[in-house]
Amino acid sequence: MLELQHIHKFFNPGSVNEICLFDDFNLTVKDGEFVSVVGSNGSGKTSMLNIICGSIDIDHGQILIDGKDYAGKKDFVRSRQIGRVFQDPSKGTCPQMTILENMSIAENKGKPFNLTRGVNKAHIDYYREMLAHLNLGLEDKMHTPVGALSGGQRQAVALLMATMTPIDFLILDEHTAALDPKTAEIIMQLTDQVVREKKVTTIMVTHNLRYAVEYGSRLLMMHEGKVILDKAGEEKKNVDTEEIMKIFNQISVECGN
Amino acid sequence: MSLVLSVFEQGLIYAIMALGLYITYKILDFPDMTVDGSFPLGAAITAMLITKGWNPFLTLPISFAAGAVAGMLTGLIHVKLRVRDLLSGIIMMTALYTVNLRIAGKANLPIYNMENIFDNKLVNAIIPESLSQFKTVIVAFVITMIVKYILDWYLSTKSGFMLRAVGDNETIVTSLGVDKGWIKILGLALGDGFAALSGCMFAQQQRYFDVTMGTGTVVIGLASVIIGTTVFKKVTFLRVTSSVVIGSLIYKACVAVAIRMGMQSTDLKLITAVLFLLILVVGTERKKKVKSTC
Repeated sequence: MLELQHIHKFFNPGSVNEICLFDDFNLTVKDGEFVSVVGSNGSGKTSMLNIICGSIDIDHGQILIDGKDYAGKKDFVRSRQIGRVFQDPSKGTCPQMTILENMSIAENKGKPFNLTRGVNKAHIDYYREMLAHLNLGLEDKMHTPVGALSGGQRQAVALLMATMTPIDFLILDEHTAALDPKTAEIIMQLTDQVVREKKVTTIMVTHNLRYAVEYGSRLLMMHEGKVILDKAGEEKKNVDTEEIMKIFNQISVECGN
Repeated sequence: MSLVLSVFEQGLIYAIMALGLYITYKILDFPDMTVDGSFPLGAAITAMLITKGWNPFLTLPISFAAGAVAGMLTGLIHVKLRVRDLLSGIIMMTALYTVNLRIAGKANLPIYNMENIFDNKLVNAIIPESLSQFKTVIVAFVITMIVKYILDWYLSTKSGFMLRAVGDNETIVTSLGVDKGWIKILGLALGDGFAALSGCMFAQQQRYFDVTMGTGTVVIGLASVIIGTTVFKKVTFLRVTSSVVIGSLIYKACVAVAIRMGMQSTDLKLITAVLFLLILVVGTERKKKVKSTC
């Protein structure tokens, strides 16, 4: 279970550019939930993910994972429990390394990176099977540098890599936003499949309201650092895109967008 | 003949330093100016130890270790004190100038008529009298190849994968739960260890240490790396490390040709600068072409 308690975060404190992002922000995510988060630009969605992952520090508050406070811990320490897929497909993979090498380092997450062989030859068939499962033809390109793949293919590999080892949370940061509609659809279905198979607690930030409504077990809408809409379970199932769109338009008008 | 021999001798010796810069510049994406100080650091330690009568082969690991410490300090300055990459190297380079003077005791320390790694009882016993003029090339070749293969092996280990990953995409290293700072420090330690090892061999080939012998080492190393990686980009059977070694040989050959064509040895730095500029311009032009075909 993830609990964000009384999170306060200011940018540029003490200067004229002081911006209050979160003022007493609270959120609890139960184990096994698939939370979709929507909201306008600057509403704090991505900052929330960065706070969970430790990419940005908070001023006050607690970040509890299964009751243990992770606030103040370094980002790479928290990463051991968290898998993350970014908006930018190049962030989740190493472009100059081959698919095989990328998958090898991903599988070794949480274990020491010592002087043993980087690629475990005995696992190649296992990787190939995982890649074949994607239906993108990547199983025949295992020795191709990831940088030579398309954005969608890279994102698919990044998703596989993020979920290869046992993790407590999967963090998806607008991970379909940089892809064309068809590829985005494929990646989204793939995501759903992975989340179901691994039963991993997931937080997905998206700008696509339809994805937010269609996928996931809980829907959050954020605005100016607050959760203004929170629907889970049966309530979530009855939500339709238009209704969300209406609320979304309302808050956007307030912002002057 | 002696010109060709000296190109090979120096090219092979400098190749080890170039391999070090390949780690920092190409893999880590870190412009490591420390090398201008760690290369003569290896030379200073070597000259000092040899005058004290140490076994010349011991100077190799000792120089490597000293260079590694220098690189580690550059890394610590950059990672822990958050000084910019270029500046951390310059700080260490400047500090090492004094350190080198202190180690050697004076600005110029000759080691003529002493046993060294190229000329000692063991080497003389293995290499027949008829090949005696190739002694230095043979020993330099053997050591350079050993270093190259160790580096090849290291880059295929899990730890080596992390080193490659941190230069490629820092975010993923963090995502894998690894502290990217320490990986950078490790990479710099290796790079400067190689530079000092190269300086150690250079001092024994030249048979002296001079406090100014490090000036411009970074440029020579970068030129070698860029020649090697651009010229042999399309050659798939060559490993990048081999390309860098060949790049170093090509670079030394270019300088030798320039001097042969009537340039003075005092013009050496100007030749180096012009050559480096030429390589950079040609190298980046190729890159653009590759991009536009995609």
